[in-house]
Amino acid sequence: MTTVENAPAPGPQAPVVAASVVGLTKVYGTGAAEVRALDGVTLDIAAGHFTAVMGPSGSGKSTLMHCCAALDTPTSGTVMVGDTEIGGLDDKRLTRLRRERIGFVFQSFNLIPTLTAQENILLPMSIAGRRPDRDWYDTVIDAVNLRDRLDHRPNQLSGGQQQRVAVARALASRPAIVFADEPTGNLDSRSGAEVLSLLQRSATEFGQTIVMVTHDPVAAGYTDRVVFLADGRLAGELTDPTREAVLERMTAHEARTATGRVES
Amino acid sequence: MFRAAWKSLLGRKLRLFMSTFAIVLGVAFVGGTLIFTDTLNKSFTAIFDNSVGDVVVRPVGASDAESTPTSLTIPARLVDALATVPGAARADGNVSTSGLFVIGENNRVVGGQGAPGIGVNDSGAPAAHGVEGLQVVKGRAPVGKDEVAIDAATVRRANYDLGESVRLVSAGKKALLQPRLVGIADFPEGGSLNGATVSIFDTRTAQNLFLGGRNAFSDAWVTARPGVSQQELRDQVAKVLPQGYEAVTGDKAADESASQLLEAISFLTIFLLVFAGIALVVGSFLIVNTFSMLVAQRSRELALFRALGASRRQVTGSVLFEAFVVGLVGSSVGLGLGVLLAMGIRYGFARIGLDLSGQRLVFGLRTPLAALGVGLVVTMVAAYLPARRSSRIPPVAALRDDVAMPESSLRRRLLIGSLMTLAGVGAGAVGLFADVPKQGYWVGAGALLAMLGMAAASPATSRPFMSLAAGTYRRFFGSVGVLAGQNSLRNPRRTAATASALMIGLTLVTTMSIAGSSAKASVDRTIERAFLGDIVISNAIGEGFSPQVATLAERQPGVRSVTRFRSARVKLKGDRTFLTGADPRALTDVLRLDLTAGSLRDFRGDTVLVSKKVASNQGYRIGQELTFRFPEGPTKLRIVGIHDAEFASYLTTLDALRRGGFAPQDSSLLIKLDPGARASDVKAALEKATAKLPIITVKDQTEYAAEQRAPIDRLIFIIYALLGLALVIAVLGVVNTLGLSIIERTREIGLLRAIGVDRRQMRRMVSLESVAIAVLGALMGIGMGLVFGIALTASLRDEGLEVTRIPWPSLGIYLLASVAIGLVAALFPARRAARLEVLRAIGTE
Repeated sequence: MTTVENAPAPGPQAPVVAASVVGLTKVYGTGAAEVRALDGVTLDIAAGHFTAVMGPSGSGKSTLMHCCAALDTPTSGTVMVGDTEIGGLDDKRLTRLRRERIGFVFQSFNLIPTLTAQENILLPMSIAGRRPDRDWYDTVIDAVNLRDRLDHRPNQLSGGQQQRVAVARALASRPAIVFADEPTGNLDSRSGAEVLSLLQRSATEFGQTIVMVTHDPVAAGYTDRVVFLADGRLAGELTDPTREAVLERMTAHEARTATGRVES
Repeated sequence: MFRAAWKSLLGRKLRLFMSTFAIVLGVAFVGGTLIFTDTLNKSFTAIFDNSVGDVVVRPVGASDAESTPTSLTIPARLVDALATVPGAARADGNVSTSGLFVIGENNRVVGGQGAPGIGVNDSGAPAAHGVEGLQVVKGRAPVGKDEVAIDAATVRRANYDLGESVRLVSAGKKALLQPRLVGIADFPEGGSLNGATVSIFDTRTAQNLFLGGRNAFSDAWVTARPGVSQQELRDQVAKVLPQGYEAVTGDKAADESASQLLEAISFLTIFLLVFAGIALVVGSFLIVNTFSMLVAQRSRELALFRALGASRRQVTGSVLFEAFVVGLVGSSVGLGLGVLLAMGIRYGFARIGLDLSGQRLVFGLRTPLAALGVGLVVTMVAAYLPARRSSRIPPVAALRDDVAMPESSLRRRLLIGSLMTLAGVGAGAVGLFADVPKQGYWVGAGALLAMLGMAAASPATSRPFMSLAAGTYRRFFGSVGVLAGQNSLRNPRRTAATASALMIGLTLVTTMSIAGSSAKASVDRTIERAFLGDIVISNAIGEGFSPQVATLAERQPGVRSVTRFRSARVKLKGDRTFLTGADPRALTDVLRLDLTAGSLRDFRGDTVLVSKKVASNQGYRIGQELTFRFPEGPTKLRIVGIHDAEFASYLTTLDALRRGGFAPQDSSLLIKLDPGARASDVKAALEKATAKLPIITVKDQTEYAAEQRAPIDRLIFIIYALLGLALVIAVLGVVNTLGLSIIERTREIGLLRAIGVDRRQMRRMVSLESVAIAVLGALMGIGMGLVFGIALTASLRDEGLEVTRIPWPSLGIYLLASVAIGLVAALFPARRAARLEVLRAIGTE
């Protein structure tokens, strides 16, 4: 399997930024019901890296991902995907951006039940009217190890297999960034490990930029970098994390939250 | 449990409304029909109450001849004698005729089509129960042959003033009357003629004009002394009546007249009830479908109820309770709509001359009962299947992720559906081709059964089509096409049930289209083959006209012969039949009558020609005598020939009809021209000669054929009305199914949008799915309609429908219309799918 020549060419100045947010704020509701899901987050996502966004429920990690992935629009602040500022885009342009530059892996219900695994994988490209790159497609199929399952429908696949199909779909169109929202949330630990190592290899071998939202320290252990969120703000980060380091940071963070407010 | 059911109802208002809409329509047609019929009944009875005496004395046979005018009369002596009967205050002779129309200042017939034109004498007799009848209320009573009084509404519509000379077209001896208008008549105590026109002459003039100058009357009214009942007086009168006359109470006479009129317009009632039936059958499909989907969507919730301890019956009950409320609401709305419909029909009738505005709408108790009953029963029955299925959801389903509704297997559906279809086709065939009583019921029940069977089997039988559609979509619309195709294959039951709603309407439309075009082709063929005349004169209103017209026509240059035709409804061996009368002299000039037996030379006096078909059906032979019941009494006509034409089952001479007591009114004249005469010149001359008689039309052969096809064109108009109804309901069905599917697939749609499907593609996907459903329904309907239509026309071959013609262009249009339906029906669901917020959709449970 050839890998390096398929990876995005790294720029002369490293590290290249695949996406960035500046002063990102997202407010839901008004008045007494106002909720600040994100409160002035500034963050760069390095190209070719596997980044985890962690935080307890309500910390804003999903909102952050949705804003970066052009699924949601921020209240204020800017979001850049590559060199595109997504703030001013209408639905049509946002759709095209998602179609061409972004891949998704969701927690569950990831596949279209009426289509076979192969059709699901090729769907985004087929919708965009693009021909799949045959070599790259083969590479992806081998990476997710599903060659003998391509004609199966989702209900004939196990949960882990379904999620691997979803990863293959996200990778197949060679997007600038793949966003994964709790991709192992519905899987047992073995299937989860398969999916995580697949994501990890996608980053290291193919140079695929991946952002994963999770609250599972084990999952975070597969990444290159973990960004912590609390109450809609950044609460520190870890590079090349291990499971233990993540756990330790989370415990410490919880202790701090218990004693009072934390500054980022 | 019921609280939960109630909440669930309120949460699904729009969906339920859409599924009820067909019920609303059906109930509206039922309610509207009942209200209108009752109103009409009341109104007609009211008119005839004003137009009968306490006791009516008439010649026996005068009321047997249906609406064919007779020449039977009561001698004046008898009327004088009636006045002396014990209990009688007075007796008055009435002269009356129909077919006397007032021509307005604009040279058009007042009342146009449908409303009767009546001529009477000014008898001054009080109507039954001491009510004052139609009387001259302005000006004075007419005296002498040049004066007339006309009812107020007609005078107003004709735009005449007192003292003016008016034009009347009579079917009597003299075609055109131009008396002076001296009086205006009305009901002093209120009342309405419902659009009929009444012209009043003095008795002598009326007798001259309508009864050939005899001192006689059409009937007589005997007025009761105070305290004498109608029945008592009738019995007294009956004692003194000689043979050949009968006495009936005014109430009975009014009822008879009213029911005759009602029968004449019963086609309308039937038409509306057919509409109601279609709407309700189709509506029940939509309800089955909607409730199936709602139950499927709520299956986890229902399983939770079961897990929490609700019994099966409670679950079924809660679903049925929803159906009850839906049915009740739908029926009530439908009933309200029915009132509007009745008002609409009344307005429509006023436009064609039957003015009922004097009569308030009548609400019988049976109207709300029938409307609510029908709506509720249909809804509950339709909801029963899904309700029963809902109770079979196991409680454990509440805990599972993927809840599948228990469904009967497709193979079983196919088997049951096929058996039902076969049984239906069999019953239909029996009704069409075998000799059984109540054939109409056999055919109707068979058709319904076949349609239900087709609908039941359709999830299995439609698979090849849906696969084909999916393949086509894949080919032409790329991945959006693939998704649309797969979506319509996803739930074959639902797709097929939705398509069935359209199928029913299109089956009927296709059947009737085939019948209509076959009938047209047959008429054309008959005329082309048998009609040798050059010009036809007939009455635009379809009633008889004065024999003077024929005399007038004979005088035109270029006319070689004029053959008179008359028609009468008579009884033969107890059965009603149509007897045509013709002038034998120049008959072969204008008609090709190829005799298979007998000779036209013998066709004179009391003889009859019969068609080959009738002869072989009834076993008639030359020389046999048939006894017809004529107004004057039983008359024997000898069969002198058997012809092989498709018309005039019984053809006799004008002499025989005249002697039988039928009024001398021609129904059509066939004219043969001199060799060398130009048809257009003669036609122009004839038109000029009859210019003052606007009810007379002059037509050449082509125009005549077109006129003969006119009733079929009306049938075709009905077809389009049916098509419209079928389309409206089908659109609702597809909207409903798609709408519910989209709600079910919210997350999937969110996912598709997330991975890059834009709004236009989403709309296209839903539209394609919708078109597939609609085209499936159209194909099933057209296919079944072809079978029904061909069978129907084949069974009518003996009735003169010789040609079976399939109107392929129309069928093509229906198919195209179904594509349009698909697109229209998809508008709302597609918009909804396209507008879903991506994030919220993905987050939906």
